[in-house]
Amino acid sequence: MLQLRDLGSRWNSPGWLESSRYRGTTKGRSMLDYVKLLILGLVAVLAAIAASYARDMIYMIHMILVMVTAAGLFLWQLRRTDEPVPAAVLEAEYMDGPVRVGVALTAFWGVVGFLVGVFIAFQLAFPELNFEWAQGYLNFGRLRPLHTSAVIFAFGGTGLLASSFYVVQRTSAARLWGGGLAWFVLWGYQFFILLAATAYVLGGTQGREYAEPEWYIDLWLTIVWVAYLLLFLGTLLKRKEPHIYVANWFYLSFIVTVAMLHVVNNLAVPVSIFGSRSVSLMSGVQDAMTQWWYGHNAVGFFLTAGFLGMMYYFIPKQAERPVYSYKLSIIHFWALIFLYIWAGPHHLHYTALPDWASTLGMVFSVVLWMPSWGGMINGLMTLSGAWDKLRTDPILRMMVTSVAFYGMSTFEGPMMSIRAVNSLSHYTDWTIGHVHSGALGWNGMITFGMLYYLVPKLWGKERLYSLRMVSWHYWLATIGIVLYAASMWVTGIMEGLMWREVDAQGFLVNSFADTVAAKFPMYVVRGLGGTMFLGGALIMSYNLWMTVRKGAAKADTTVAAPAE
Amino acid sequence: MTEEKHPEEQILQEGDPNTTGHIWDGIKEFDNPMPRWWLWTFYATIAWGVVYTVLYPAWPLVSSATSGVLGYSTRGEVAADIATFEEMNAPIRAQIEEVELAAITADENPDLYNYAIQGGGAIFRTWCAQCHGSGAAGAVGYPNLLDDDWLWGGSVDEIHYTISHGIRNEDDFDARYSEMTAFDEILSDEEITSVVQYVRNLSNQEHDATLAAAGEEVFLNNCASCHMDDGTGDRFLGAPNLTDAIWLYGGDEASLEHTVRFSRFGVMPPWSAEASAAGRLSEAEIRSVSIYVHSLGGGE
Repeated sequence: MLQLRDLGSRWNSPGWLESSRYRGTTKGRSMLDYVKLLILGLVAVLAAIAASYARDMIYMIHMILVMVTAAGLFLWQLRRTDEPVPAAVLEAEYMDGPVRVGVALTAFWGVVGFLVGVFIAFQLAFPELNFEWAQGYLNFGRLRPLHTSAVIFAFGGTGLLASSFYVVQRTSAARLWGGGLAWFVLWGYQFFILLAATAYVLGGTQGREYAEPEWYIDLWLTIVWVAYLLLFLGTLLKRKEPHIYVANWFYLSFIVTVAMLHVVNNLAVPVSIFGSRSVSLMSGVQDAMTQWWYGHNAVGFFLTAGFLGMMYYFIPKQAERPVYSYKLSIIHFWALIFLYIWAGPHHLHYTALPDWASTLGMVFSVVLWMPSWGGMINGLMTLSGAWDKLRTDPILRMMVTSVAFYGMSTFEGPMMSIRAVNSLSHYTDWTIGHVHSGALGWNGMITFGMLYYLVPKLWGKERLYSLRMVSWHYWLATIGIVLYAASMWVTGIMEGLMWREVDAQGFLVNSFADTVAAKFPMYVVRGLGGTMFLGGALIMSYNLWMTVRKGAAKADTTVAAPAE
Repeated sequence: MTEEKHPEEQILQEGDPNTTGHIWDGIKEFDNPMPRWWLWTFYATIAWGVVYTVLYPAWPLVSSATSGVLGYSTRGEVAADIATFEEMNAPIRAQIEEVELAAITADENPDLYNYAIQGGGAIFRTWCAQCHGSGAAGAVGYPNLLDDDWLWGGSVDEIHYTISHGIRNEDDFDARYSEMTAFDEILSDEEITSVVQYVRNLSNQEHDATLAAAGEEVFLNNCASCHMDDGTGDRFLGAPNLTDAIWLYGGDEASLEHTVRFSRFGVMPPWSAEASAAGRLSEAEIRSVSIYVHSLGGGE
């Protein structure tokens, strides 16, 4: 019979289809096991009570989910307790189990997120796809946050967790700190995604863009995130290298800042502890400013700093060339994290926000241009002496294209933050195009590159199943992004011009519905671009799966031991 | 020793610059300087930023913020835009008050007509849409302005009068006024039932022929003075035409019976500056919105 605990051990071993490679066992009688049992039991009981007092359906469903999960973990923990546990093989090896699970989940969430994105893109082009029978569940308004959260937090976030677990161990020459803490962080984060996603479809949202989950989901994420911070710091502290590698600066700044942003932006008073609704602590323009301080820095620290961490490890590794300039990495790192945090007000130009705040937001955004480009330069110039590899290595091509898109969107962003440009671009599809050239091009492509690099390594394979498929993925994704961004430029600028068009007497010429009708062809093109991007991700998933299943095993499958 | 420590140590090529000496999992770092163009562009953006924050409102102080030497503000920008057009349109506004309303058409006065339609539309959506709907299709108790059934007249001058003075309000002495009798205590239940059937007959709706025949006399004795013998109504009194299929309060039996028994008393406020204490709309604005409403489809 399959023991539940075998599941964990499979992922813990690079040869996960082979037998367990524990070298020995000892009788474990850990106090910690009983503490875990106590906590899990208590959580299950409290969740059951909360579910029975629930004031709304979303809360009740979530509490039942919590109860079932906690009870399941309780049983699982109970079966493990007082069982023999593997002896001290662990400290000598890198902990790659959570990385493997994280890598698989990243690919999975990518496909899910892109699929929802393609569907809502076509919903905008063909409103009939907001099916009558699915009103209140699968209409655009419900699916849109599902898409954004699935790609940013599920796909991007899990990719960041997995890659940071891998990178911090390798570059610190130390096993992840905290025993099984990495598993808690990884699965805890997945549980957060599950709660958030189910809430969106049922209409549970606090109406803050990219921070939609309600208060109890926020509290849970805070716990997980603090554990992540401790895990990362703990590993850095026990590193065996004298210095901290630049990738880890970026990862750490991402973890610390996201914690701060998340807590401040979600300050809210629940209407009842037995209900999902809450009221924001701030109101009016302060609330709007807090939200966009959060929103912009979610881009800055989640999608930029975190992914720069990824870039700084995987590009030098894949190119097998040293990082171009250490000095540049220091200066652009500090400049980037100092400047980014002030740029949020550019999301609120021409609103109730005072002009001074709007000016500062714009100025900091423009000054941010070069610090952002520092990362691009360091990424691209790392290839000097290895440019020829672009011809033969589609993975490296993917990573380099990612950095190129990063450079493009970090130029476009400061430009759009300029008040005069913003008066044309704001509220139009240009913004959507900008976000997607960054998200699909930069975040997507670097994550794909990371997955292609890691999967053969993590599962002890000689190489990927098929490089031709990587090339297909590359071209599908690249052409898809170009279609997406170009169509959104066209409709965005057209929309902005139509909105502001006045006749000789100063009266508006077009109604809003006129602009909607005019956008139709570009919406179809955008949907096709998204479909190509999704197609590429499906090819990747198949390729990675076949690499794990059928790839030729590497002669030596042992995970490199941390240096002494 | 380094080979043991870093199994994947990067191998340098000939002509490579110096590295910093750090190695992480095989990764090295060159000791290259920052690209000059990068650094100078960075400095330039900072210098630009400093200058910009002097020119524009930027730095927060204790209870206010620096306002910038250019005196710029986004509100000022909007106000200037509005002022430009206001000034440009001043002659048109003056003309609109002078030219005879009926002469403001697309053919005769295209500029005035455009101003009236666009400006009137904006006024309508601001002040009239609450009752008459943003598309002017009305609601129960609030007339539809798209059809050609008019209670008080559908010429542009009549519309202008209605908007200026309103209907059955107490603010304007010149408001249009009429009052339908509530027949609840005047007519018997049978008479009311039969007259309702007669009215349904007038408007070609399903009805009880016997009752309707009996209702004819009731109608002629009690209703025809305002609604006319043939039921086509009288605009002088704002008495609705009962023979078309257009109903302000509903043409079903229950609504009709309610109207007969208890009457109706629809009120519209006056909008002219002289008539209303609030003085909500200028003469040019009233004339614009009159032309707009007149253009919607039912204008006479």
